[in-house]
Amino acid sequence: MSDHDKLYSTKLQDKVERSTLLMFVFTAIAVAIGGIVEIVPLFYLPNTGMGVDRNREFTNFNNTQHKDLQGNAIPMDKIVWNPATSAHKTMDDWQPGDGVRPYKPLELAGRYVFIREGCFLCHSQMIRPFRDEKDRYGHYSIAEESMYDHTYQWGSKRTGPDLARVGAKYSDEWHRKHLKYPRDVVPESVMPNFFFLEKNPIDAVKLEKTMVVLTKMPFNPVPKSIYTDAYIANAKTEVAGKTEMDGVIAFLQSLGNHVKFEEGVNYRD
Amino acid sequence: MEATKATAVKYDMDVVRWFTIMAAVYAVVGTLIGVYVASELAWPFLNFDIPEITFGRLRPLHTNAVIFAFGGCVLLATGHYIVQRTGATKLWSNGLAWFTFWGWNLIIVCAVITLPLGLSQGKEYAELPWWCDIMIAVVWVAYGFNYIMTIGIRKTSHIYVSNWFTMGMILMITYIHVVNSLAIPVDWATSYSIFSGVQDAMVQWWWGHNAVGFYLTGGFLGIMYYFIPKQAQRPVFSYRLSVLHFWTLTFGYVWLGAHHLQYTALPDWTGSLGAAISLAMIIPSWGGAMNGMMTLSGAWDKLRTDYILRFLVTAMAFYAMSTFDGPVMAIKSVNALSHYTDWTVGHVHAGALGWMSMISFGAMYHMVKKLWNTEMYSDKLVNVHFWVALIGATTYIVAMWVSGIMQGLMWRDYDEYGTLTYTFVESVSAMHPYYIMRAVGGAIFNLGAWIMLFNVVMTVRQASAKRGVIAAPAKA
Repeated sequence: MSDHDKLYSTKLQDKVERSTLLMFVFTAIAVAIGGIVEIVPLFYLPNTGMGVDRNREFTNFNNTQHKDLQGNAIPMDKIVWNPATSAHKTMDDWQPGDGVRPYKPLELAGRYVFIREGCFLCHSQMIRPFRDEKDRYGHYSIAEESMYDHTYQWGSKRTGPDLARVGAKYSDEWHRKHLKYPRDVVPESVMPNFFFLEKNPIDAVKLEKTMVVLTKMPFNPVPKSIYTDAYIANAKTEVAGKTEMDGVIAFLQSLGNHVKFEEGVNYRD
Repeated sequence: MEATKATAVKYDMDVVRWFTIMAAVYAVVGTLIGVYVASELAWPFLNFDIPEITFGRLRPLHTNAVIFAFGGCVLLATGHYIVQRTGATKLWSNGLAWFTFWGWNLIIVCAVITLPLGLSQGKEYAELPWWCDIMIAVVWVAYGFNYIMTIGIRKTSHIYVSNWFTMGMILMITYIHVVNSLAIPVDWATSYSIFSGVQDAMVQWWWGHNAVGFYLTGGFLGIMYYFIPKQAQRPVFSYRLSVLHFWTLTFGYVWLGAHHLQYTALPDWTGSLGAAISLAMIIPSWGGAMNGMMTLSGAWDKLRTDYILRFLVTAMAFYAMSTFDGPVMAIKSVNALSHYTDWTVGHVHAGALGWMSMISFGAMYHMVKKLWNTEMYSDKLVNVHFWVALIGATTYIVAMWVSGIMQGLMWRDYDEYGTLTYTFVESVSAMHPYYIMRAVGGAIFNLGAWIMLFNVVMTVRQASAKRGVIAAPAKA
């Protein structure tokens, strides 16, 4: 192996490629850096929607400050609903514009169906700050709006339109017709028929467990002032007699109208 | 690749044979499902009102089948093959390799059952239920451990460059799979990610792009660095270039995930950083592509007669093309148009059909001949497969590029009164001809996979008949 003693590159490279351990360690470090630099800061920087701590209490959102043209910061409880400071104290009293809130039981059951049927593969939920997207879908999406979305649903493809602000745009009846047989309403549509959702009752046991799981999340769990024990216990009666179709419609109708956006405020950074 | 001809090593090649055969089977299955889901978008009646085969449930089955079943079996076949031959040693543990084989195929069976049933974690390319994720982690680490231990017991002084790339893949896939799969189960079927919103998006695309970068690129570059020199019977064009290729790609590719999230609610710097490094990645990618291509210098005439080499070299052309396409799409002003459109789908398939599949097909034909110590049943069919695959891939990619750019332009178009020119659904109906063209391109590509499966099966049968034993081990 005499010719193997020749150096073909640098001394370090030569040493590394002769040693399994060195190769392993160098590679393990090289592939770790990029991810650490890009991911870790997102837990600590402002404008990232990090707003609820492990004790299920609201935080200061890593000092997020959305400022208007005069430089005044909009209070965060105007953007994310906080029952302690809002005029509307319960999920049932909450009104659109009160700020981002977690999902109600029926909506959460619908969200489960939305994920199960792979809707996110064709429908995004992330509006970008462009003129055409504003005209077509509405105000650009902000970080806080998906802070309770465990498994974010921004999507990567618009085979169908964006759904980030579809809430209250169409009637429940329209959605029902459209979800059942899309081409009855929109002849050019390529969406599958989801008529079968009307036959499936909502799985209340799964729903209740899901709500409990969402309160146990290490990052952005649902605050205890919102998903109280009583609220979770009541979920069963909320969805009694409802179908998966009702759930999906409730979910869609809940999207995008939580925050009252004001002109001239920079909601990103 | 080092000189060890003097002593014949008894390699553990049975497991490689089985991975190779399964790869040929999954190439057919994965692309067939792809053709079906593509057809569902062209002709929605094909959903047949059966929940299990609607687009939303079958599409993850397609992506998982081509990435993990087909791509995975190719990587595991070539990995176990290369690590032995470049190290002039048997596997550290043949038993662990068989555990990897059965474990990996069991996971694929679980995917085939759970995805059509609608079990999904709602993350692209990571849809499989939480207990499947645990199985993947166990099998993957078993493979990685065996692989690295086999490098450890090699008889050669240097670790060959293919093994660097595979080691990078093993490490990075372990990181990203584990972190991206962190979830709290609700019951056996359902679980929710511990991350939400912005953080979840970044973790997901750190996973998504590096599954492409380290699994579908790094792992397959390991294939390139072994099989192109072997098939061309020429040494790698430049050793120094391969050193540069490896370290820059290994360090740099990790950062690219953020370019999937430009103009989203993610802080702006993250997407910009992803874009900047994406552009820089043209250099190592093209350096690597050149390294592969130039390995043929002085042997270009072989392309006339060596059909396997055609696959390998065409793969390098597509690799160069899609690693140019990618950085261009990562430029923010281009991404503003291309994001959310079919252009992304076209880009992915330029990589998947043109680069990854072509290099796989070439490597598989090469291995089949060595593993069964025989000629192919039909060289002509290899050539037919090559042309069918090339025509299919090109048709697919062109259809998606055109439809993607058209979608992007239609969505942002304003008329003279300052209102949006097109409704969304007008863009949907404008896509119809391209969706048909895509399905046709995919079907042609799928036909090629059938041809390969037939050819491989006939070759194995022929070789076995000659020896009078089923799948008798050939001392490769």
